[in-house]
Amino acid sequence: MAADYLTSLPRRWVTIYIPLIVFLIVLLFPFYWMAITAFKPDAELMSATGNPFWVVQPTLMHFRKLLFDTAYPTWLWNTVLITVSSTLVSLAASVFAAYAIERLRFRGSRQVGLGIFLAYLVPPSILFIPLASMVFQLGIFDTRLALILTYPTFLIPFCTWLLMGYFRAIPYELEECALIDGATRWQILTRIILPLAVPGLISAGIFAFTLSWNEFLYALTFISASENKTVPVGVITELVEGDVYHWGALMAGALVGSLPVAVLYSFFVEHYVAGMTGAVKE
Amino acid sequence: MKAAGVLDNRNVLGLLFLLPAAALLLVFLTYPLGLGVWLGFTDAKIGRDGIWIGLENYEFLWGDPVFRLSVFNTFFYTLIASVFKFGLGLWLALLLNEHLPFKGFIRAIVLLPFIVPTVLSAIAFWWIYDTQFSIVSWLLTRMGWIHSNINFLGSPNPARVSTIVANVWRGVPFVAICLLAGLQTIAPSLYEAAAIDGATGWQRFRHITLPLLSPIIAVVMTFSVLFTFTDFQLIWVLTRGGPINATHLMATLSYQRAIPGGALGEGAAIATSMIPFLLAAILFSYFGLQRRKWQQGGRD
Repeated sequence: MAADYLTSLPRRWVTIYIPLIVFLIVLLFPFYWMAITAFKPDAELMSATGNPFWVVQPTLMHFRKLLFDTAYPTWLWNTVLITVSSTLVSLAASVFAAYAIERLRFRGSRQVGLGIFLAYLVPPSILFIPLASMVFQLGIFDTRLALILTYPTFLIPFCTWLLMGYFRAIPYELEECALIDGATRWQILTRIILPLAVPGLISAGIFAFTLSWNEFLYALTFISASENKTVPVGVITELVEGDVYHWGALMAGALVGSLPVAVLYSFFVEHYVAGMTGAVKE
Repeated sequence: MKAAGVLDNRNVLGLLFLLPAAALLLVFLTYPLGLGVWLGFTDAKIGRDGIWIGLENYEFLWGDPVFRLSVFNTFFYTLIASVFKFGLGLWLALLLNEHLPFKGFIRAIVLLPFIVPTVLSAIAFWWIYDTQFSIVSWLLTRMGWIHSNINFLGSPNPARVSTIVANVWRGVPFVAICLLAGLQTIAPSLYEAAAIDGATGWQRFRHITLPLLSPIIAVVMTFSVLFTFTDFQLIWVLTRGGPINATHLMATLSYQRAIPGGALGEGAAIATSMIPFLLAAILFSYFGLQRRKWQQGGRD
């Protein structure tokens, strides 16, 4: 804030740095705990003595169990496939929809824009039962296609809303010049609008990727065979055997499943934050 | 030439461009929304089409103590979690808005709980809440504050608190980063002017920050309330609604009755009964908290 110079250094420690450090410790501890557990041998996990915050003899045992004794690699592959397909489908549909609503300004475009926003507010928790019965009747129950087709229901509204904001910021004059020069709408979209909206496309893409990677309810409801499961569902339904919890393997599974989104996020933090806050600010 | 003429019409072209998104949303969002409401009035079971039974599902649910408990739980969970998410989120946003070393890096890692799949971080909480090997119990025992392990998820009220804590943990970063974006749009000159006029820190917060931030607070908290109210993942992983239904939310109960239980109609009725509350929240935020004209330089 502007009035920094009014506060002394010890005061800043008490009012800013210490609370911030506490926040960071609490927010990051579960990840640390997840990671340290994934590398701990079972003996250390169950021992009452010793320092639980550190690992004395790190082991890759849990990861080996995960990769070779469970269907985890299949789940990972399924998640990648479903996430990438539904993201691409949604992104393509959203680009056209957002351009139409924001730039073609056809009759009723404002109402459609509002409808898109309202669609984003419809939570999966009230859709999954009718969707399950639809998926069953369409004969795509227990297939990856069921998820690829249903994930766009929450991805398209979000991406369209986000892209509308980016398209709005592109000056009309650019389009008018192109129209005068005889460009078609298609040429305007692909040669002028899309190149200028690349940051928006990245934001929408990253966000859609994480949203569908994290999806749980639809995947839990529509998929039953192990070979079709996604990582979140597989870890919850298959790594827990009866009352024996393989904590090491569970944590390894959670860690590996979180890494792709965390890595992607770390490369595109700015785009991600811009996407999240941009969608809220409108 | 004629085809090109039709394509130049913005109404035709607009519909054409809208088609893929509209088709997907109409088939997989609008239609199921209606189908869900309809299913709530039938006795559909898995593998058997239902017949219309009118309000029977709702009459049954009205007298069902588990459903009533789940409604109470949903409100309790949403209210408490949202209050804490707002308070802590605003505080964190204000902290992050200060001049800090490694500001970009700190902001990036703060958002991690929101990025990581909820189910997977919930598993970490599950382990943190373990009855035997909980690190929290271990720490508190070492510090001499407790003498036996805390049964985090095994008895009703601790389970409620534990799930709310996990939900707040995941939600605070979202609220904080969104509010931070709002804070950054407030012109520093306002604070300078206020400081010159002798306003205290609290007065600057109360009369500059809060009013200018209120539109974004409204939007962020509406989203947060909606997502908390319809939460499923966290509860399903941590408690599956137990112990003795103490943490069952409407979403988890509807899943349990409809999918493992097979009673699609009843589950759909539970899900449908969330809609009025969601609408109320949206309307409240739209009319009660929407952007005031004076905040954009116009008259109120």
